[in-house]
Amino acid sequence: MPAPIDLHEVSERELSERYRFPWRIKACMSTACLSAGAGQAFEGMEQTIEKEDLALEARLIPTGCMGLCSRGPLVRVLRRGVEEVMYQAVNKEVGIDIITDHVRDHKPVETNLYDHDIPFFTSQEKIVLENGGVIDPNRIESYVGHRGYQALERVITRMAPEEVVEVIRASGLRGRGGAGYPVGSKWALLAASAGEDKFVVANGDEGDPGAYMDRTVMEDDPHRLLEGIGIAAYATGATQAYIYVRAEYPRAVERLDRAIRVARRKRLLGRNILDTEFSLDVNVRIGAGAFVCGEETALLASIEGRRGIPRLRPPYPTEQGLWGAPTMINNVETLANVPTIMRKGADWFSSIGTEGNTGTKVFALAGDLVNTGLIEVPMGVTLRHIVEDMGGGIPDGKAFKAAQTGGPSGGCISSEFLDTPVDYDSLRNLGSIMGSGGLVVMDEDVSMPEIAKFFMEFSMDESCGKCSPCRAGTVQLHTLLERITSGIGTRQDIRDLEHLCHVVRDTSLCGLGQTAPSPVLSTLHHFRSEYDDMLVSEEASHA
Amino acid sequence: MTERTTASARPRAEAAPHPSGDDRFNLIDKHLRRVHFAQDELIETLHLAQDIFGYLDDGILLYLAHALRLPPSMVYGVATFYHLFTFEAPGDHACTVCTGTACFVKGADDIVQRISQDFDVPAGGTAEDGSLTLRTARCIGSCGLAPVMVLDGQVLAHQTPESALDGVGAAVAAGGDA
Repeated sequence: MPAPIDLHEVSERELSERYRFPWRIKACMSTACLSAGAGQAFEGMEQTIEKEDLALEARLIPTGCMGLCSRGPLVRVLRRGVEEVMYQAVNKEVGIDIITDHVRDHKPVETNLYDHDIPFFTSQEKIVLENGGVIDPNRIESYVGHRGYQALERVITRMAPEEVVEVIRASGLRGRGGAGYPVGSKWALLAASAGEDKFVVANGDEGDPGAYMDRTVMEDDPHRLLEGIGIAAYATGATQAYIYVRAEYPRAVERLDRAIRVARRKRLLGRNILDTEFSLDVNVRIGAGAFVCGEETALLASIEGRRGIPRLRPPYPTEQGLWGAPTMINNVETLANVPTIMRKGADWFSSIGTEGNTGTKVFALAGDLVNTGLIEVPMGVTLRHIVEDMGGGIPDGKAFKAAQTGGPSGGCISSEFLDTPVDYDSLRNLGSIMGSGGLVVMDEDVSMPEIAKFFMEFSMDESCGKCSPCRAGTVQLHTLLERITSGIGTRQDIRDLEHLCHVVRDTSLCGLGQTAPSPVLSTLHHFRSEYDDMLVSEEASHA
Repeated sequence: MTERTTASARPRAEAAPHPSGDDRFNLIDKHLRRVHFAQDELIETLHLAQDIFGYLDDGILLYLAHALRLPPSMVYGVATFYHLFTFEAPGDHACTVCTGTACFVKGADDIVQRISQDFDVPAGGTAEDGSLTLRTARCIGSCGLAPVMVLDGQVLAHQTPESALDGVGAAVAAGGDA
C-alpha cells in the first residue's frame, strides 16, 4: 500500500507555488462557460503565454464555475499585490489580448472588463461554492492547498464518531435536498442502527429542472463531496458509500471517477484511510433519466439495479436501505457543507442565516433576469434582494410577475410576497418549497396556467405508475389544465381541478405525487384571476 | 432483492471472436467480468451497451438477462422504465432541445415545434430518412444560457427558432454521421 498523503506538505507546496507566479489567470471551464467557447479561449491564452515566453511569469489555471453564467466565459486575472480583475465574454481573440495587452503590457483589455463589485457577488456568502472559480477541480493538490481534507484528517484521528454527530447537530444543518430534515438527527439514526454493513448515499440525482448546484459541486469541487462523505461515514459507522449521479451529467461522472481514483491512491479513501482503522469504499452509480429517483427509496432501488419505484416508509432507509442494510441518503449540497462545518465549528455555522435555518443555500437563478447563474446566500435574505439586487431585476423594462421555487414540487410566489425571507419554513407557508434551489423568475408575459400545465406535464411523464392517485391523477389534472389553457374550460373544471389536486396531494404514495399538485395550487392561490380569464364566458357555456 | 447476489456463471476468460458473431459483445463481457457479474450493475451495463450499439434491441437485452441470470422481463422492465434508454437506431444527427423550466419560459417549446415541422421528425423520434433524431431533455443544467439546444454533442446557448433551424439545417445538409 502506498504511504498516505502528507496534507501539510502538499498544502505548503501549493502555497509557495501560488507566490511563484506574479500573474495567475483563472479561467472558468464549467459547462456553461465551455458551451460559450471557454475551451477555445483557454487554448488561445495557453498558446500566447508560450509564444510570448511568459511561462515563468503567468500561470493559467482552469477552474470551476464562477457563478455569473450569463456573462461567460469568465476569466479572472490576479496579479500579485494588485486587486483582481474580471473579464466577461472571453472568446479566443479576447483571451489572446488578455495575455498580450494585460499581462505583457500591463494594459487591461477595456472592452471586456467586468466590474465585479456588484451585489451579485458581494451579497454572497460562500461555503459550498467557496472553491468555485478558485481551484482546479482535476488536481487534488489544488483542493488540499485550500485546506481540503484537513477536516477529514482531524475527524478520523482525533474525534469520536459521536462527537462528530454532535457538531453537525449543533450546527443546525438541514437537508439541502428540499425537505429540510435535520442532518444531525439523520446521522444519529444511522449511527444508532445495528449492522455490520452500513451505507452512505450521496444523492446527486438533481432532477428538478432549473437547479444545477449539485452538478456544480460534483464537477468543480469533487473532493469536497468525497471529504463530506468520508466524515459522514466515519460519524455513522458506514463502510460503503455510493454517489448517485444523473446520467445527464457526464462531466460530473468523469470528474468524480477521477477524484475517487486519486483519493484512493493518496489513501484518503479505501482501506485504513490515512493509516487509521477507518475504511471506506466509494462508488459512483449513474441514473438513467427518471425524476422519481430523487425520492430516497426509489433511488435505493435504482442503485440496486432495479426500476426506480418508491416504497412505503417506514421502514426508513436508516433501518432498511440498500440490500436491507441501514442506509443514509444525504443530498450532495448537504454533504458539501460538512467539511467546512467540521473545520470552522458549529457555532460559526449557526451564526450564519437565521434561527432554525442556519447556514447558506445555493440558488440557481434563471429565467427573466439580467444576471443569471449560481449564487450562495445566507438563509433568510429576502426574495426581493435576490431578484432585484443580485439578479439585477427584469430585463427590457418589464415587470416582475412570479418567482418559481422548488421546480415541479414547488410553487409560484407573486410580487406581494417578495419581502419574504428565503428559508424552509417561510416558503412552505407560501405554498411553495425551498426544493433543491432552482429559482426561475418570470416576467409579465408568462401565463401562470401555462406554467402550471408545463409542470403537470412533467409530473405526468415522470410518475412511476405505482400508485393510482399519481398515475391517473396527474393525467386528469393535465387534461383539465389543457382544457382551461385552450379556452374551453368552465367553472366546474376549476372546481374539479382544485378538488383533484387535494386528492392527489393527500393520497399519493411518495413525494412526487404528494407535491405534483403544488404548482397548480399555488398559482390558483396567487393568480386565480388568470385562470378565470381563460374560462369560456357563462353565456357561452350555457348555450 | 434483499441480499446482494451475483450470477455464478463465468464465461471464458479471453474471448477471441465472440460466438454471437458480433465482437462488440466482447466489450460487454469484459465489463461484466470486471464487476463480477453483480446483478445490481444492470443499469450500468445497459448504459455501456447503448454506448456501444447505439440502442438496445431484444437480442442485447436477452444477452444481458442471460449473462446476469436475471429474468428477461426484469431486464426489459428496467430498460423501458428509464428515459435515457432507446430501442430504435438513432438518426445520423442528434438534436436535443432542453425543455427545463428556464428554457420553457424562454420559448423552448416553439423551437421543438419548428424543428419537428420543418424537418418532419416527431419530438422524441427519428426522421423517416434516418437523417435526424429530435429529443427533448428535462434540464441539462445550463439554465443561465436558456434556451439551450444540444446538436451532435455541442451545447448551443441562447437559441431562437431561427438559429436552431439554421443549426440543424446545416448539420443535416452536411450529411453523413455526426
